[in-house]
Amino acid sequence: MAVRGQRTVPVELLPRLRLARDRMDRDYRSELDLDRLAAVAGVSKFYFVRCFEAAYGETPMRYLTRRRLERAQDLLRFANLTVTEVCMAVGFSSLGSFSAKFRRMVGESPSEYRDRWAARGGPRVPGCFLFMNGVLDLRGAPKRDDDCAISEKPRSEGSK
Amino acid sequence: MIRNVSLITLYCRDQDEARDFYVDVLGFVPNADVQLDGFRWVTINHPDQPELEITLMKPGPPLDEEGADFYRRQLDKGQAGALGLRVDDCRKTCRELTAKGVTVLQEPADRPYGVEAVIRDNQGNWLVLVEPKEFAPEDFA
Repeated sequence: MAVRGQRTVPVELLPRLRLARDRMDRDYRSELDLDRLAAVAGVSKFYFVRCFEAAYGETPMRYLTRRRLERAQDLLRFANLTVTEVCMAVGFSSLGSFSAKFRRMVGESPSEYRDRWAARGGPRVPGCFLFMNGVLDLRGAPKRDDDCAISEKPRSEGSK
Repeated sequence: MIRNVSLITLYCRDQDEARDFYVDVLGFVPNADVQLDGFRWVTINHPDQPELEITLMKPGPPLDEEGADFYRRQLDKGQAGALGLRVDDCRKTCRELTAKGVTVLQEPADRPYGVEAVIRDNQGNWLVLVEPKEFAPEDFA
C-alpha cells in the first residue's frame, strides 16, 4: 500500500527531523554535532542519521555543510569581508576545512568565487531562492555528479 | 469579470493550532469556522485584507489518499512553502517574532526587492517576509 517505494521514515518522526533541520538552518554558526542534533530530534544518533538521510536525501552533517557554504556564498557575493571572516561567520572553525569543502562542493576556491562575482558586479539572488535551493552557482565547478550539490536534487524519501 | 483573489488554501496538520498561531502570533484574525458534516471549514484573514480569506485545510478530499499523504509529509518535513507576507520593517518584525518563539530560518537580508526573511509556522510551512522596495528586473541581471 506504500505510495511510492518503501517508506523508511515513520511519519511521526518527520516533524522531529524538521526541528533538527530547522535548527541547522537557524544556528548554522554554532557548533552543531550529531549528538546535539539527534537530541533535538529526540532519537538516537544512528537512527537520526539514517532517517534524516532517507527523508532529505543527504546526511545531517552534509546538509549542515551545504547550509554553511550557501551562507558563505551569499556573504562572498556581497559582504565586504575577508575569506577568513566569512569562514568564521558561517560556523567553520578551520579555514583549511572551509576552503577544502568549498572547493569540493562549489568547484572553485572561496576567493576565486568572490572575485568572479566582484568582476561581474554580481546579480542579486532572491533569498527565498537561496533558502529553497541551497548551494548555488556552480558555474565554476567541474561536473561531478557525486559532489555537485546543485545537481543533487534531494532524493525523495524511500527512493534509496 | 474576475474582481480579485478572495480565497487561498494553506495546508495544515491541525486547524486549531494553525489558527491560533496565525491569529495570536502573526496577527491575523479568525474568520469562518463552520462544521459541515464531518468537514470543518476554518478561515482567517489579515485585518487589513478582509477580502482575502485563507482557508486552513487539512490535507484530505478532494485530494486522494496519495495526494493527502504527500501534503502531510511535505508539511512534516518542512518543505511546503505557504504565504509571502509584506512587512513594514523586516528586521524588527523578526526580532518580535523570535521573542514570541517563532523560528527564523533565514535571517533578514537585503535583496534587490527589499529586506527578506524566511520563518517557519507551527504547521511545517515556511513563510517569506518581505519589506519591499522598488526594483527593476535589471537588478537581477
